[in-house]
Amino acid sequence: MHFFPHRHLLGIKGLTEQDITLLLDRADEAVKISRQREKKTSTLRGLTQINLFFEASTRTQSSFELAGKRLGADVMNMSVGNSSVKKGETLIDTAMTLNAMHPDVLVVRHSSAGAAALLAQKVSCSVVNAGDGQHEHPTQALLDALTIRRAKGKLSRIIVAICGDVLHSRVARSNILLLNAMGARVRVVAPATLLPSGIADMGAEVYHSMEEGLKDADVVMMLRLQRERMSGAFVPSVREYFHYYGLDAEKLKAAKEDALVMHPGPMNRGVEIASEIADGPQSVIEQQVEMGVAVRMAVMETLLVSQNQGGRA
Amino acid sequence: MTRTAVLKNLRILDPSRNLDEKGSIVIENGRIAAIGASAQNQGAPEGAEVVDGRGMIAAPGLVDARVFVGEPGAEHRETIESASRAAAAGGVTTFITMPDTDPVIDDIALVEFVLKNARDKAIVNIHPAAALTKGLAGEEMTEFGLLQAAGAVAFTNGRNPMHNAQVLRRAMTYAREFGSVISLETRDKYLGAGGVMNEGLLASWLGLSGSPREAELIPLERDLRIAGLTRGKYHAAQISVPESAEAVKIARERGANVTCGASINHLTLNENDIGEYRTFFKLSPPLRSEDDRKAMVDALARGEIDIIVSSHDPQDVDTKRLPFADAADGAIGLETMLAAALRLHHSGEVPLIRLIDALSTRPAKIFGLDAGTLAPGARADIVLIDPDEPWLATKDTFVSRSKNTPFEDARFTGRAVSTYVAGERVHSLG
Repeated sequence: MHFFPHRHLLGIKGLTEQDITLLLDRADEAVKISRQREKKTSTLRGLTQINLFFEASTRTQSSFELAGKRLGADVMNMSVGNSSVKKGETLIDTAMTLNAMHPDVLVVRHSSAGAAALLAQKVSCSVVNAGDGQHEHPTQALLDALTIRRAKGKLSRIIVAICGDVLHSRVARSNILLLNAMGARVRVVAPATLLPSGIADMGAEVYHSMEEGLKDADVVMMLRLQRERMSGAFVPSVREYFHYYGLDAEKLKAAKEDALVMHPGPMNRGVEIASEIADGPQSVIEQQVEMGVAVRMAVMETLLVSQNQGGRA
Repeated sequence: MTRTAVLKNLRILDPSRNLDEKGSIVIENGRIAAIGASAQNQGAPEGAEVVDGRGMIAAPGLVDARVFVGEPGAEHRETIESASRAAAAGGVTTFITMPDTDPVIDDIALVEFVLKNARDKAIVNIHPAAALTKGLAGEEMTEFGLLQAAGAVAFTNGRNPMHNAQVLRRAMTYAREFGSVISLETRDKYLGAGGVMNEGLLASWLGLSGSPREAELIPLERDLRIAGLTRGKYHAAQISVPESAEAVKIARERGANVTCGASINHLTLNENDIGEYRTFFKLSPPLRSEDDRKAMVDALARGEIDIIVSSHDPQDVDTKRLPFADAADGAIGLETMLAAALRLHHSGEVPLIRLIDALSTRPAKIFGLDAGTLAPGARADIVLIDPDEPWLATKDTFVSRSKNTPFEDARFTGRAVSTYVAGERVHSLG
């Protein structure tokens, strides 16, 4: 069996195809647990998981919390998003304080890129990156991959179109890395103002038209566009953005008939995605939420159990 | 102290006279009494200290035109005294302090404060640059005439670029009467605002916002036009891309009185050194690509980049041990500037005499300082360099109060073995 060689999950970067496959296989098992009547196991009994969220995110935090609890861990939530203390100071100071409490895993969400990596240097437990600035959000990419693999049976050679605000998206970066590692073909579809510099060298084909970008796609992955970026700063208006890049029935026709529609949430209905599509038959947005818990169970089990075995060996 | 010393068996490099010859230096009363091959067999005067410099290069002490100190206001990062000891250890015998202190050096009393501390506590020569605008706010000009009379050798807005072209034009026009040099860093207020590293693929992967080269170049080209318009002396303090050197060259050809400098960091490091968010490599302007660095080095070799500065900027853990985007810019450099510059000599990219010129003679000339030469009669500010000594820059070897060096654990070949200021040995290895 493949041995997972990492102590932390800071990003998809650095993971091999085998690492990712192992996590997805374990997540498939975790889905079964979550669908049972008795959902609690004792895999992580006696271990402590701390969720350290410097940015508020009810969805991601609950998903991690549920994952930990289903594995039998003691879960503690720390929301420091509203703290008036300067962000950076809070990060290191809070990390040192928490470290003294001997947690086994820290789940971190922070608005600055590299925050999870910095924290991992300062604490003695495993660190899971739950989103750091515009850098990475590895568990989101894993849950997306699990959703796709369960629907399509594979990840290699499928065409995935990632549409919208790629520039500011950690989800897009992690997905581009993961899908490339698994042999999928990745496209990005967005106005040039919402694409990062050097995107053509990041392992994605670049499109500026939904019709061309979605042609023959197996998966259409929509990204959230934040409100402050909609009116003149990056795109002229919500109306114009929806007209060219919002996913509606007409644009979705360009993709394969059985193409999956995905969104990491929370959605702006009528901005990047029409309600009829979000709630339509091709949408797997709800499955993504379910897979989220399973993937996070798999990640924590893998980091903590293999770490313990390493310790005993 | 009046003392006599003879440094012999040296290779003497003096860019001020384009001199490269074997010989001796005779120091009397803090000045160079005799130098060169002709001084070799003069014999030592009675009671003279004799130093055998076999294998060493003697060069005029280095002149660093861009040094941030923490005094007044942030003495825990660096004092004038501690910076002077760091300078001596790096072969720097003269440096210019930036006015970005708390309070800002924008008043005669503060210029006098710096000079008094330098006189009382420093072991190298220190000259303050004064603020170009009050409080570095970019709005009202300071008292150029009076500040210069008090001892300010240049006017700068420090870390803050000048955004208002009208204010800059008036300041340069007024300063022209006093022959003052205006030294500025350029960074567009809006283009690439919030950028924390070089814009490009690497920044995109790291999820960091990028600063494009045009953010430096566009305001620089504007400034160069204003320099031409006002006929004032303009120095681009710290350029990071070869296009900036090209722009300065073109302005010079148009007749403008303009020069430029680059920090040693931008000549020896690139954006890849940032790796996984290493904040000691977070600089402003940001480290650029390897292609940019190489082209900058070529421009330095051709003399289009006039001078090398350390941009010595002490920061402590409070400002550096943060997520990359939140960390302060800046790196210390007084102690490693020479050793890092020697890399360009060993790689064959820049002739040694041009390096010494860029590190000593040219900056002295641009800022009108009594330094940068080994001519007979000059003050005996001398650095003895062993160009081939291998050494490791470990953290505990740094003299500076702050340890934010991008060269931690770097391997170097060559360093300052002894440093003399006015004939006094202020640094000596072993």
